Amino acid sequence: MENILDRQTDFFADHAISSRSARRSFGSRVLTTLCVGLSFLTLIPLFSIVYVLIAKGTPLLSWGVFTGLPPAAGLEGGGFGNAIVGTLFMVAIALVIAAPLGMLAAVYVTEYAPFSKLAHTVRFVAKLLTGIPSIIAGVFAFAVVVLVTGQFSAFAGGVALAVLMLPTILLTSEQALLGVQRAYREASFGLGATPFQTIWRVVLPEALPAMMTGVMLAVARAAGETAPVLFTALFSQYWARSLMEPTASLSVLIYNFATLPYEYQVDLAWTASLVLVILVTITNVFAQLVFRKR
Amino acid sequence: MKNIMENPARDSTASKSSALEPTPDFRADFIVVKDFNFFYGSKQALYNVDMEIPEKRVTAFIGPSGCGKSTLLRNFNRMNELIDGTRYEGDITINDRSIYDSKIEVIALRRSIGMVFQKSNPFPKSIYENIVYGMRIAGEKNKKVLNQTVEESLRGAALWDEVKDRLHDSALSLSGGQMQRICIARAIANKPKILLMDEPCSALDPIATAKVEDLIHELKKSFTIVIVTHNMQQATRCSDQCAFFYLGKLIEFDRTAKIFSNPAQKQTEDYITGRFG
Repeated sequence: MENILDRQTDFFADHAISSRSARRSFGSRVLTTLCVGLSFLTLIPLFSIVYVLIAKGTPLLSWGVFTGLPPAAGLEGGGFGNAIVGTLFMVAIALVIAAPLGMLAAVYVTEYAPFSKLAHTVRFVAKLLTGIPSIIAGVFAFAVVVLVTGQFSAFAGGVALAVLMLPTILLTSEQALLGVQRAYREASFGLGATPFQTIWRVVLPEALPAMMTGVMLAVARAAGETAPVLFTALFSQYWARSLMEPTASLSVLIYNFATLPYEYQVDLAWTASLVLVILVTITNVFAQLVFRKR
Repeated sequence: MKNIMENPARDSTASKSSALEPTPDFRADFIVVKDFNFFYGSKQALYNVDMEIPEKRVTAFIGPSGCGKSTLLRNFNRMNELIDGTRYEGDITINDRSIYDSKIEVIALRRSIGMVFQKSNPFPKSIYENIVYGMRIAGEKNKKVLNQTVEESLRGAALWDEVKDRLHDSALSLSGGQMQRICIARAIANKPKILLMDEPCSALDPIATAKVEDLIHELKKSFTIVIVTHNMQQATRCSDQCAFFYLGKLIEFDRTAKIFSNPAQKQTEDYITGRFG
């Protein structure tokens, strides 16, 4: 069969083969190849992390690691059930503090007084806070909670994580609220609604899915933080009995065990890493599914 | 809640010149704009507008984009206050009471003035919830009253037969013309006295437009209607009197037939004959 492209080449003959356009199309191909190549390159670290986690984390993965307590140095057996519980508790405390604060501040900043000095300041500080190293959040919680209460605790860890989560929640919530069509607000005000009614009945229901996604992203990030938890919640070999005592967390357990000279502890650190990644992934997928827009 | 429309101190002896001959049962000066200036920040959008809008008539605002017609419309229910940095001078009265009267709540004002927007904006809720929104925020909980208002309003917007079997479907599942009529039904569910329409048909096809225009004819029996339109034919078809705005000034305000057959101002003539704008 005759190739239709051959005829087209004739048809475009006047324009086709100038050396300039040939050079241009060569350059375009080089750039495309480069982009594709670099995209693959970025996948390498990601996949190698997942690969190593699975390879090194699965051998010790069993029901026992979820229920057991961390083994003492040199001993084998046990797991990190207390660290999982500790991480969950600290993230929950952080969530209880940061989610209402961040979301309500976002409502104020976008709905009530978007042009006020306070709103500008809040927005500026939130952006500043997102760039602050997580260890500073730990130092803050250490000074404000640990020194005041006189002990390391899950509560202090939760406060540190809340400081980290707050700007993320505020800024993503702000974006979510800004994404709600202005027309809905106008319709509501036009019908005689107060600002509160407009926000509660129209704006929030629309923005909530995106706000929750932001909250969950903040949760996922906070769950893996080591530095702020390290010197606020410290660590514990035992199950936590209250929120006001040193508490184990997955990230600190990984940090501690990975640096020990005992093989079993190092392997357990790998398993804990795998579990942490799985927990974070589950949180993210869950958030996407539950809060996805109808 | 105070209702701005229920003003007993109504001075019917005041006979000012109006575009329409006052009829005995309707006020010719229902909405009065007095020497009104309006600013977005430092930019002035309206210059010394004076006009009297009669009750239970359709008044059309025409003029090129950016001439201030929507701005004036959105001042009647003080919607412009939602925009930062706006400022007004002069006064607007409705039924002899200033809308800026400190005794009038802006909430009550907006409840007594329905507004329909250029782009239909039903809430992402069911048809039913859209219609009862105004009553719900006013605290009405009686199911019978709500149901009755839904039917009345949808009948009023000539939509009842089309949607009565799917009141609990999302309002966003309707066609563009139906959505706009939902917005009209939602506005009249508040039982306002005035209906403001900001280019209500600019996003609709000709058939949907015809339906909305028919509706306007029906509605003017019970409402005072002010409509902003870019469509000259629409202005001639629907309105009783017509105001031409240009660069923030009210150039001419007269009976629609007069404006379109024998305008007094050169600028009006140029605009309606399509020489500019």
